[in-house]
Amino acid sequence: MESLLYIALFAPLAGSLFAAIYGASPKNLITGIATSGLIFASFVSSVILLFHVSDGNIVHVKMMDWIVAGDLSIPYGFIVDNVSVIMMLVVTLVSTIVHIYSIGYMENDKGFNRFFSYLSAFVFSMMVLVMSDNFAGLFIGWEGVGLCSWLLIGFWYHKESATWAANEAFIMNRIADLGMLIGIFLIYWNLGSLQYDVVFANIGELEIDVVTWIGIFLFIGAMGKSAQFPLHTWLADAMEGPTPVSALIHAATMVTAGVYLVIRANEVYALIPDIGYFIASLGAFVAMFAATMALVNRDIKRVIAYSTLSQLGYMFVAAGLGAYWIALFHLMTHAFFKALLFLGAGNVMHAMHDELNIMKMGGLRKVMMGTAVLMLLASVALAGIYPFAGFFSKDKILEVAFNGDHYILWGTLWVTAGLTAFYSFRVVMLVFFGSERYKDFGFHPHEAHKFMLWAMAPLAVLAVVAGFFEHQFMEFVTTILPTYSFTEETHHMVPTLILVTTGIALLGILVAVTSNMFKEGLFSNTLKNNFIYKLLDNQYYIPKIYDEVISKPYAELSTLFWKKIDLKIVDATVDGVAKAIYSTGEETREVQSGNLSLMLRWVVVGLSLLLIFAVAYTNSDSILSLIGGVTK
Amino acid sequence: MMEITLNHYLILSALLFFIGLVGVLKRKNLLMLFFATEIMLNATNIGFAAISNHYGDLTGQMFAFFNIAIAASEVAVGLGLLIVWFKRRGTIDLDSMQSMKG
Amino acid sequence: MFETVAFYLFSILTAVAFSITVFSKSALNAMSALAAGMIFISGFFFLLNADFLGAVQIIVYTGAVIALYAFAMIFFDTTRDVQESGSNSKIIFLLVTLSAVVTVLALTAPIHSEAVTALYPIHEGVGNSKDVGMVLFTKYLIPFEVAAVMLLVAMIAGIIMAGKKMDKNINMMDEE
Repeated sequence: MESLLYIALFAPLAGSLFAAIYGASPKNLITGIATSGLIFASFVSSVILLFHVSDGNIVHVKMMDWIVAGDLSIPYGFIVDNVSVIMMLVVTLVSTIVHIYSIGYMENDKGFNRFFSYLSAFVFSMMVLVMSDNFAGLFIGWEGVGLCSWLLIGFWYHKESATWAANEAFIMNRIADLGMLIGIFLIYWNLGSLQYDVVFANIGELEIDVVTWIGIFLFIGAMGKSAQFPLHTWLADAMEGPTPVSALIHAATMVTAGVYLVIRANEVYALIPDIGYFIASLGAFVAMFAATMALVNRDIKRVIAYSTLSQLGYMFVAAGLGAYWIALFHLMTHAFFKALLFLGAGNVMHAMHDELNIMKMGGLRKVMMGTAVLMLLASVALAGIYPFAGFFSKDKILEVAFNGDHYILWGTLWVTAGLTAFYSFRVVMLVFFGSERYKDFGFHPHEAHKFMLWAMAPLAVLAVVAGFFEHQFMEFVTTILPTYSFTEETHHMVPTLILVTTGIALLGILVAVTSNMFKEGLFSNTLKNNFIYKLLDNQYYIPKIYDEVISKPYAELSTLFWKKIDLKIVDATVDGVAKAIYSTGEETREVQSGNLSLMLRWVVVGLSLLLIFAVAYTNSDSILSLIGGVTK
Repeated sequence: MMEITLNHYLILSALLFFIGLVGVLKRKNLLMLFFATEIMLNATNIGFAAISNHYGDLTGQMFAFFNIAIAASEVAVGLGLLIVWFKRRGTIDLDSMQSMKG
Repeated sequence: MFETVAFYLFSILTAVAFSITVFSKSALNAMSALAAGMIFISGFFFLLNADFLGAVQIIVYTGAVIALYAFAMIFFDTTRDVQESGSNSKIIFLLVTLSAVVTVLALTAPIHSEAVTALYPIHEGVGNSKDVGMVLFTKYLIPFEVAAVMLLVAMIAGIIMAGKKMDKNINMMDEE
């Protein structure tokens, strides 16, 4: 069983290293196939481990010691329990599909081999993050996915916008990582160990203040990775990377790391329900916030990115209110249909030669039926219509909000559900239905390769049926996670809630379909000049605010420090020391000038020094008594 | 005036020595340099004789004696070298003898 | 009384003479002053009951060494005044004054101990020359012989070195 764990963990790394050998070479198909095969092996191991764990056997290995220094002992330990095996499954499944898809998507790219190396490295880091049994290992994986996402977002490094976006992502994550590190430090300082079992067993014994701070700081780390407000701007800009990257990282894996952290640390958050409520509120706010921005955007990938942001908000609402298994469930279903959406968008972009503006598309279903069907399925799942997967998970979250009498949260999420349905169908309508605007721009789209569609098919299937496994899922996961009980009142309200939610979703769909069928867009030109439209279109001007208020002053401060302090003071000091030594050398070079007169003068200098020493030495007692009254 | 003690002679010797030292440092003509060297040697001789007198010991006078002998031979050899140099270079100016720069 | 007067007289004269040697621009004046200074120094020796040494000083120094210098002076073209570039006199004076002051300090401090015993004590009643002779030829015989050899070597060296190309006129020779 342990060998399965190691296979699952290290197969991606082997794939990455193998592909790295071909890193600088021209495209070699073997890299794509080998890495996909290795990730598939990892997936198979995860499945076998799933069955193993469901029998009740948790696999916990300690590979070796990493740091043993005094009281600090951090091993490389890995644990496969119910929670991590679900994450492993999700990660490896989506990764396998993305790898196979990328063989087709990146076929004309010069950096083909490099891409697979980075992609597998990313999967490896994510596996480390998910399978680790202590906070330090988690952090290693955390940093690893940050690094790999930087590599992947900035994959087309000659594009200035891509490198900028990669830096933005990495730096924002870094800011959040500071919070996470402080949280980890607090945990170690107060509990003496970073192992999950030790920490969670003893967390109850700490003062509530300490636990609150730990919770806050760990959540700050989660905020960066899962792009909660205010560290959210990087997610939309990260669409600069290739679409498979967006599918893997920004739908299924990296951004869910934050949710995973909160779920894993549920015993910490169970003690601090106020922080949990704050997390939930923030999540609801982000859900609404992102959905509004997605309403008006014309970039196909950005709309899907904002949708991810919105759904992450949903997950945090669930986690914040204590329904951890529900958050995990939504994480899983969301991974499926969101990855499917991204891959579909990738197909569209590939057909339209990387064009992103949906206004330039239209009626593509006539050419790309397969992709259209897949994206339609994914959008329906996203909107939360029965019997698709999104319905089960989203509905449960709404019930949770209602259950705790958090009506404002419920209301926010309810409206957001409607908005979600609207914008996802708006995209589908504008891209696949309506008049064929692309012809005006001279595009000649074609369907993607058959094997790419076949790779996407499992995701579509899961997006449809995964919801029916809800009950088994709950039973499986709540062996580790706490259950969430609904009050009697809520139980009665459940049918009503379902009706209401489905109602608004259908309303959203209806509006989208009608407006796009008949009017080419809900937003006429006059509406486009409306203030609110502008606000939403520019992402509430937040990136601009960040740029003006934070980036520019910081850049100026850095320049100031560089020019005034570093150059003038530090460099001057170091140079000054060097100059002093150099000039001393220059001066005393005269000692060896070869001029007898000069050298004799130096002799006399030495002579006088020696004389002074001699006199001082012989009269040292009297001199000392003269100075300080010291007697021998 | 005062009683002449050893100190007087030693101070005198030191002063004469330093007059010679000034000459050594100041002079750029090699011959003049030799003159100043002679002064220094003589000054030390006075010192030796004075100490010898103070302690009633003949060792000091012996030392002064051999000092004179050495000085004489030094002058002989030195002047010989000086002559050879002058025949080669035509000048005995110290600033022109700088080929051994370090 | 006599000693005091003589001491101060001789010391002033010596100092003046040597100062002329050091500071004069004319080589002839310098050498003459040097000769005078030597004589005065021998006067000191006589004051210090070192008769033999005083006589040797006159004979060797004032006689032989000055004569050597005189011949050397004739050899080098010293009709002109010695050309000397202005060197940094201030530093020299500073250094020398400093050293002189320190040395004088060193010497005025009572550093001589009274426990020194004479190695070769002066015999009263015997004249100084006789005393010196007795010590020189018995205790210091080997250094004496070595000094003699050294003088011989120096003499031969001086002759050989100075004797090269004696037949040619130096002013007619090119720089080699």
